[in-house]
Amino acid sequence: MADRDVVILGAGMHPWGKWGKNFVEYGLVAAQAALADAGVTWEDVDYISGADTIRNGYPGFIAGATFAQALGWKGNRVSSCYAACASGAHAIGIARAQILAGLCDVALVVGADTTPKGFFAPVGGERRDDPDWLRFHLLGATNPTYFALYARRRMEAFGATPNDFARVKVKNARHGLQNPNARYRKEVTVDEVLSSPIVADPLHLLEICATSDGAAALVLCSADYALRRGATGVVRIRAVSTVSPTFPNAVIEMPNFATDSGAAAAAPEKTFRDSIAAAAYDEAGIGPEDLSVAEVYDLSSALELDWYENIGLCKAGEAERLLRDGDTTIGGRIPVNPSGGLACFGEAIPAQAIAQVCELTWQIQGRAAGRQVEGARVGLSINQGLFGHGSSVIVSS
Amino acid sequence: MPDVKTRVPAVDGWFSTGAAPALLGTRCTACGTYFFPSEHTFCRNPGCAGREFADVELSRRGRIWSFTDNRYQPPAPYVAPDPFVPYTIAAVELATEQLVVLGQMVAGVDTASLRAGQEVELVLGTLYEDDEHEYLVWKWQPVGDAG
Repeated sequence: MADRDVVILGAGMHPWGKWGKNFVEYGLVAAQAALADAGVTWEDVDYISGADTIRNGYPGFIAGATFAQALGWKGNRVSSCYAACASGAHAIGIARAQILAGLCDVALVVGADTTPKGFFAPVGGERRDDPDWLRFHLLGATNPTYFALYARRRMEAFGATPNDFARVKVKNARHGLQNPNARYRKEVTVDEVLSSPIVADPLHLLEICATSDGAAALVLCSADYALRRGATGVVRIRAVSTVSPTFPNAVIEMPNFATDSGAAAAAPEKTFRDSIAAAAYDEAGIGPEDLSVAEVYDLSSALELDWYENIGLCKAGEAERLLRDGDTTIGGRIPVNPSGGLACFGEAIPAQAIAQVCELTWQIQGRAAGRQVEGARVGLSINQGLFGHGSSVIVSS
Repeated sequence: MPDVKTRVPAVDGWFSTGAAPALLGTRCTACGTYFFPSEHTFCRNPGCAGREFADVELSRRGRIWSFTDNRYQPPAPYVAPDPFVPYTIAAVELATEQLVVLGQMVAGVDTASLRAGQEVELVLGTLYEDDEHEYLVWKWQPVGDAG
């Protein structure tokens, strides 16, 4: 085992849905499930790392302490972090660093959310110096606006078609059919996707991820601790990439009105999304050819195709072919989103990046009933938080 | 109620309102990087220590990088007319500044008529109105379109 590996001792989730309960309850269910899966108790946990939610009042801003109190104060060290959609990966990164620094042996990572209906809106108040408030006020630019700009760009640059995008949804819906934690477990056809209303041209309602309630948790520990416990079949974290963009970032991103200017500095060799994966591969000492499975953030059907290229499964403009050839379907060369992805889950922001790692863990352990990628050994999750937060985790047997 | 509403920018200092309106940004006097919205304190180019900025008007013309539309009413703080009228949004590349900037398209331009690379020009249009004011915002208009 490499010096920089930590072990995933347990994984747990609260099913995704629209349950209408307090986010803390979901987080507790996921935490207890992860502890049971790890075969440890809350008493054994040295450190708790919470991924924050900004739509549930103050308890959400300090999620680590909220979960610690709910599990029962016992004086352990705690942190809370927010990195938008990347919050979960950042919480994993914090816990991992504590373990690698030798400051603790066992850490619990928890993210949970309760979401409102419909489009995400900025948090309350009139804030004329907040780009997230201004993009709604001056432009009415919702999250799907940005997803649709990327989707149209694929059509204009590479000749992608609405049919291609719909097929991503069809694939993911089929993958998630038997996932007990998925919110949507229903097959859809290309025709059904394309006949659902267009929300933001070219994206249809069935191609844009919903907002969901849900929670995910992981128990991480040092390699020594796993050895002492005699843990077998363990999954290791090989890399956590939480990089920012590199100036000048030439791709328009939420919640911005404009990209960086490239007038004075040359654009970096890799786009931001490419660089998130590159940093993870670099840290793990592997490449895309080593992957058995990937969980990518399909906020829209079309965005999944961008990720194929960002994580190096194919060259720019070739993602549609990969999809059509069945390479990314379970049973194909490199299955993507065997969990069903956000298409089947909807997004529970602080839980989602943790849920991706839960899925990879179960895949590698051979426990992903009904959606198992045969012989899965190495998995990569990837995602991006608005305002410039990278998020990618590589795990292996 | 006045017959003619007062036309005011929906946001201060982001665009000029003369005969040839333009987005207002800044440019680092040390390295030449442009900023929109304006940056006035530290240059964001990590290779530059610049702290002085010139106010500049950005190019009034650019080319479409990508585009979409809003078929459903965005949530507040967007102020939508009742009934809501769908509108088109474009991401436009400005060659001199080497940046991409978002904006609504002028009313009546639907996505079917647009393509990447198409040239557009900045105009001012109404974002929303109240009893006394018409609040203005920048919009993109296809070049050659009398609008």
